[in-house]
Amino acid sequence: MSIAAATPARLQFRKPSVIPGFGLTLGFTVLYLTLIVLIPLAGVVWRTTELGWADFWAIATDDRTVSALKVSFGTALLAAAVNVVFGVLVAWVLVRYRFPGRRILDAAVDLPFALPTAVAGIALAAIYAPNGWVGQFLAPLGIKVAFTPLGIVVALIFIGLPFVVRTVQPVMEEIDKEVEEVAATLGANRLQTVARVILPGLAPAVLTGFALAFARAVGEYGSVIFIAGNIPYVSEIAPLLIVIRLEEFHYAGATAIAAIMLVISFAMLFVINLIQAWSRRRYGYVG
Amino acid sequence: MDVSIRNVRKEFDRFPALRDVSLDIRSGELIALLGPSGSGKTTLLRLIAGLERPTEGAVFFGDEDASHKSVQERNVGFVFQHYALFRYMTVADNIGFGLKVRPGATRPPSAEIRRRASELLDLVQLSGLEKRYPNQLSGGQRQRVALARALAIEPKVLLLDEPFGALDAQVRRELRRWLREIHDTTGHTTVFVTHDQEEALELADRVVVMSQGRIEQVGTADEVYDTPNSPFVYGFIGESSSLPVRVEGGQLWLQDRTLGLTAEDVPDGDATLYFRPHDVELITDGCGGCIAGTVAASRRVAGTRRVELEIGGDRHRVEIELPIEHPAAQKNRVAFRPRRWRVFSESGAVGGPVASNGRVHHEELARTGT
Amino acid sequence: MSVEALSRPLPDGAAAGTLAPVSKAAFKRATTETTATKAVLIGIALLFLALVLVLPLVAVFVEAFRKGAGEFLFALNEPDTLAAIRLTLLVAAIAVPCNLIFGVAAAWAIAKFEFKGKAFLTTLIDLPFSVSPVISGLVYVLLFGAGIVLGPWLKSHGIEILFAVPGIVLATIFVTFPFVARELIPLMQDQGTGDEEAAISLGASGWQAFWYVTLPNIKWGLLYGVLLCNARAMGEFGAVSVVSGHIRGLTNTMPLHVEILYNEYNFVAAFAVSTLLAALALVTLVLKSVLEFRYGDEIAATAKH
Repeated sequence: MSIAAATPARLQFRKPSVIPGFGLTLGFTVLYLTLIVLIPLAGVVWRTTELGWADFWAIATDDRTVSALKVSFGTALLAAAVNVVFGVLVAWVLVRYRFPGRRILDAAVDLPFALPTAVAGIALAAIYAPNGWVGQFLAPLGIKVAFTPLGIVVALIFIGLPFVVRTVQPVMEEIDKEVEEVAATLGANRLQTVARVILPGLAPAVLTGFALAFARAVGEYGSVIFIAGNIPYVSEIAPLLIVIRLEEFHYAGATAIAAIMLVISFAMLFVINLIQAWSRRRYGYVG
Repeated sequence: MDVSIRNVRKEFDRFPALRDVSLDIRSGELIALLGPSGSGKTTLLRLIAGLERPTEGAVFFGDEDASHKSVQERNVGFVFQHYALFRYMTVADNIGFGLKVRPGATRPPSAEIRRRASELLDLVQLSGLEKRYPNQLSGGQRQRVALARALAIEPKVLLLDEPFGALDAQVRRELRRWLREIHDTTGHTTVFVTHDQEEALELADRVVVMSQGRIEQVGTADEVYDTPNSPFVYGFIGESSSLPVRVEGGQLWLQDRTLGLTAEDVPDGDATLYFRPHDVELITDGCGGCIAGTVAASRRVAGTRRVELEIGGDRHRVEIELPIEHPAAQKNRVAFRPRRWRVFSESGAVGGPVASNGRVHHEELARTGT
Repeated sequence: MSVEALSRPLPDGAAAGTLAPVSKAAFKRATTETTATKAVLIGIALLFLALVLVLPLVAVFVEAFRKGAGEFLFALNEPDTLAAIRLTLLVAAIAVPCNLIFGVAAAWAIAKFEFKGKAFLTTLIDLPFSVSPVISGLVYVLLFGAGIVLGPWLKSHGIEILFAVPGIVLATIFVTFPFVARELIPLMQDQGTGDEEAAISLGASGWQAFWYVTLPNIKWGLLYGVLLCNARAMGEFGAVSVVSGHIRGLTNTMPLHVEILYNEYNFVAAFAVSTLLAALALVTLVLKSVLEFRYGDEIAATAKH
């Protein structure tokens, strides 16, 4: 797949360089990307268009589809919101304070990235089931976590936490101490400095972290299905409904739901890019 | 507001950043803290602001011991080298910040804050930029905003940490003049830190020369330039040449020759002679008492000629300035005597014509036009 | 302007009597909180992390040993479990090198050259991160499934992709696609092209420049990317679940096997297999931290997964 690297047309396409291998590496990259990612994804688009608008609309507005999407987006939104609060707090503690075990804690934040989702799922189920580690203390209080939407939120908090922490943390590390000092010399007390100077500066990063955690949570499957109970119309998430439709060989149904989710996650991606572009333009840095 | 620093010592993890520093700053004065990096000048500035706590000693604002006052209570205006502007606030919001965060009772209404902000923008010559973000300003403009923000709280003292350090030479000179004007209009007691001697000498009423956590000398530009009181100040401010000499009976000797220089207060022993390369008189007729050497190197510097002389058997090199028409060729013998000089003995004693003879001092001032 | 007017530092010891230590309690640093506030914030963070992160991890190990070490070992020695372990290793052994080669090639093209559409290409590489794992599996079902062009054709040629190992490998490659590239691109962009240009001007071939100049520069970043890629490859559940067909002993990877055991109420076995995956996660975290700590400068460390 060696693309003729020396033709004049090529020179307009890329800046000349003495380093070889452009044709080979770019060719391989594009080919691999096309085969592994683009063609399969295009398949979803193609199958959706094949479906026809009426059929698509029927599936998309089907009660079970709508409630699955509602459950997925609702719980993801809630979990991302919780993660914003605690993620910023955890990042702050890790960046600003020195205490024994800080390094281990810092490393542990990545656990949800590294721990297979199925393992997280069954562990959370064991903890929050009515007879589980924590569940047995919540049950007498009338709080049911596992096998309810609340259980889904718990799993999604686990999954999404590192996204917020790891997005906010580097920006927090970059905060100029002098800016805080200046605020103090201007008479601001610590709370005012944090609320008016530090947190607004973190806003783009927090928004990005929120969007990443949300996007991941919407699509999450492994950690959720064990704790969700998967009751249709109550605690059935959209990715699970796709799996169910596939098992029923109802490919059209699976494809339609997948298409809706893809559109929404690409929209999320677009929003994240907008936030970053806006932040860069206005404040001269990326959150 | 008078500011008085009394016997302040500051250690960072046992490392002494300031060793027993005392300094009186008079109300309305524009004072420069000048020194190389690591001399403690920024630490001293931060101590005045209350951003650091002295290990020992006290800082007085007027008659009041400010040591127990927080940064917020001290009401100082602080300007950082890299401006430290709030980058997601507009210029107007930056300037108004100090007023906005005041407790309810003393906080001006927001219309008043806006008015004050635009007034200050006029003062710093940035009218009309209220709605801009710091990111949209040049370095010089940012520093003006930072100053306006510091002035907005009507500070008792204005503190500037290397205020022009991040700017290019042209802007730096402009802002320097402009800061002087602002100081003269507002009359704030102002302390600024710099490592640029030109900036300090040009701008400040008095210059505080610091080195290794100590104040070496405090004085006007003329005083620190013309009568440095330590080898460090001699070396740090302006150009200087030095020569190891011996003092015997109030006379300066180089090996077996007398230099014709008298330092009566200096005890016998080894010492070092300091003088400015341009502040020498050539001696053409014989040498009953002078410094003589052979030309080792000569280079032209603008309107003068710089010559390195090798002096005596040790071939110690000193640099002096000669008129451009002087035929200083390689190996030529040149004899001279410093006009204004100082000698520092190993025991710390100081001698020189300035200390012993005030007349020379004034004469020289008139001559150099300072 | 007389010399006497020069104010001088007081000589050492002259004013020793007036030197007074400043009390620590009176001074409040401008850029931090009070000790009490700090303690409360650290406490909340610790409690939250303990509840959300540590507790699940502990639960895995405790549940696995609930009925003793004997049961635990028995569960791990079961033939289906061993088959799942073998399959997981096999899948990772194929998927990771594939993405490694792709990552290096993509980073070389993107970081060492300026060309049109570079930003777009970079965005496309990130695409699999924003796709639900289930959809990542679904795309291959749609591509290779029955009733679709490719499916019957492959079947008639005796090639099985779906509900077989190739499908699992493909789905795994899809979900771990960006890891290596994403780590290497910013790293190699930071390093610029100076080293390679110098090598080539000294007469090195492209391969030599890569092998002797580029590779040593990126080796820790490469390892970092491979580490994360491998962790995800071995642990992937959603995508693999959709394409695997869940045939015990044949198309079951470890995470899928955990699910089957769990759904059969064989909790000890499910958690026993989970301990292996959790151990893998812990090893990954430790190695990752070591890399970040020791070679922080040689890793892009902007990885968002």
